[in-house]
Amino acid sequence: MKIAVLVKQVPGSESPLPLVSSQDWLDESQVVYIMNESDNYGLEEALQIRENNNDGEVVVVSLGPDRTQKVIREALSKGADRAIHIQTDGNYPTDPLAAASLFADALKGEDFDIIFSGLQSDDLGYGQTGIILGELLGMSTATLAMATEILDNKIKVKRELEAGYFQWVTMSLPASISVQSGCNTPRYPSLKGIMGAKKKEINVVTPSVGDQNQSIKKIYAPNTAKETVMIEGSVDQVVEKLVTIFRNEIKIA
Amino acid sequence: MDILVVLEDNNGTIHRMGIESIAAAQHMADSLGLSAGAMVMGKNAVALATKASGYSLDEVLSVNHELLNDYSSDGYAEAVKQVINKENPRYVLFGHSYQVRDYVPKISAKLMRPFLADSIAIDFDGKDVSLTKQMFNAKLFSDISLSGDAPFLISFQSASFLSDNASTGTANKREVVINLDSSMIKTESEAPFKESSGGVDLTDAELIVSVGRGIGKEENIPMAQDLASALGAEISSSRPVVDSGWLSPSHQVGSSGQAVSPKMYLALGISGAIQHVVGMKASKNIVAINKDPEAPIFEIADYGVVGDLLEIVPKLTEAIQSK
Repeated sequence: MKIAVLVKQVPGSESPLPLVSSQDWLDESQVVYIMNESDNYGLEEALQIRENNNDGEVVVVSLGPDRTQKVIREALSKGADRAIHIQTDGNYPTDPLAAASLFADALKGEDFDIIFSGLQSDDLGYGQTGIILGELLGMSTATLAMATEILDNKIKVKRELEAGYFQWVTMSLPASISVQSGCNTPRYPSLKGIMGAKKKEINVVTPSVGDQNQSIKKIYAPNTAKETVMIEGSVDQVVEKLVTIFRNEIKIA
Repeated sequence: MDILVVLEDNNGTIHRMGIESIAAAQHMADSLGLSAGAMVMGKNAVALATKASGYSLDEVLSVNHELLNDYSSDGYAEAVKQVINKENPRYVLFGHSYQVRDYVPKISAKLMRPFLADSIAIDFDGKDVSLTKQMFNAKLFSDISLSGDAPFLISFQSASFLSDNASTGTANKREVVINLDSSMIKTESEAPFKESSGGVDLTDAELIVSVGRGIGKEENIPMAQDLASALGAEISSSRPVVDSGWLSPSHQVGSSGQAVSPKMYLALGISGAIQHVVGMKASKNIVAINKDPEAPIFEIADYGVVGDLLEIVPKLTEAIQSK
């Protein structure tokens, strides 16, 4: 079983998000980057399948500039066997079709049985790259996976639907599957894993980004119509004000 | 037609986000001087077409094929692709439902045309449109411009347009024939099911105390439960709390949980990720306590406290009990 895992480096949830003066991207020098949350679950799912089958290869695939190697190393230290780094000049593609095409070019000779991706990136949030990639490579696809089960040349996926429903879907391999956060318990790297990761191969490819048909004109802080009353003071003052608001404004009996 | 709205089936009725997309299409049609129509498919196509024909649209296209009776991403993507190729719309609109997330990226790949997913607003500059999208977990917005040849696939986030604004009228119905064969469908689906029965129904709750990741650890959950009891409120949570196993999935509010609209929603340590906000933004009063002054929850809160909920909550419980 040969499994690829798409991993993206994104700003952490507590990172500052300052903009460059042209207001079309972040000033990356001040951003604290982490591995995209749902991608971490995709990696764990791949590692568990390899372990349960006592066989196979897990290849981490990441698109982005130099800094991306930090999350690639993190994935290798958790147990991925090798990596492909699709290195781009400048910003990450703003059109997911362009991003997925870069992945497709890098992966088409590899014949992966499964490609796992996170449901959605916590930065641009397109939520489609893994599925477009699967379609471009002629694979079966499924989204919002909460569990997987390998059958004979097939994969069975528990998909999350709306309003608390789930559904099992079985499909032929090869398949590209996007996973939902919470579908497993991602591991932490071991000391041995961290040491071992240094020796693992990262294959760097440097394609140029193709046509992009959706692009960012401007990024800005949301202008909220809602007036928020901020309650300030010591803990005791805050509590007293909240109780008054509950009673007099919200009118909780 | 210039604008095609793809409507989703919700057990024989049009998915509410489909009606919102009709409102979006009518708005675009008015602003750009274009014509708008809709399409339906699946085993309830006849009933859906009848319902859709009651809106002010040029036409309602209905696609009937036995391979579309049950949803599959392969079948639906292929069907919409063929309708697009026949009808040549410039814009194809969807509600950003779980089903749309599942199959519309495949249409994007088949046509090699862009899919602008989860837009929250549309703006016009002459004949050009730009769409607004939330990025960085809704902490920032961005305006996205489109280029290249039509068609453009666009999905709108829940409640970006109001279904009440969809104008009614009479639309002609027309059947569109497509070609599908079973070899195109690579998935086999079992019946949808619910994980646990006897869960908590929060949809009618008057007061809700909701906990997020900021509660810190499982041992702190009873603190929030005490406050909920003192207020006579139900307890709910955001997804990370359920993923950590601190509360059962039936307590989850958000796109993958329940949608609530209580008189008061007290958010404790909830950052306000969009997946959560879509489930609670209809609350009449939102009170948020969070240690991060930049947390997006404050953008939708009526009352906000920047502070340590572990200090505030026990004292608040005490103050309410002593009244």
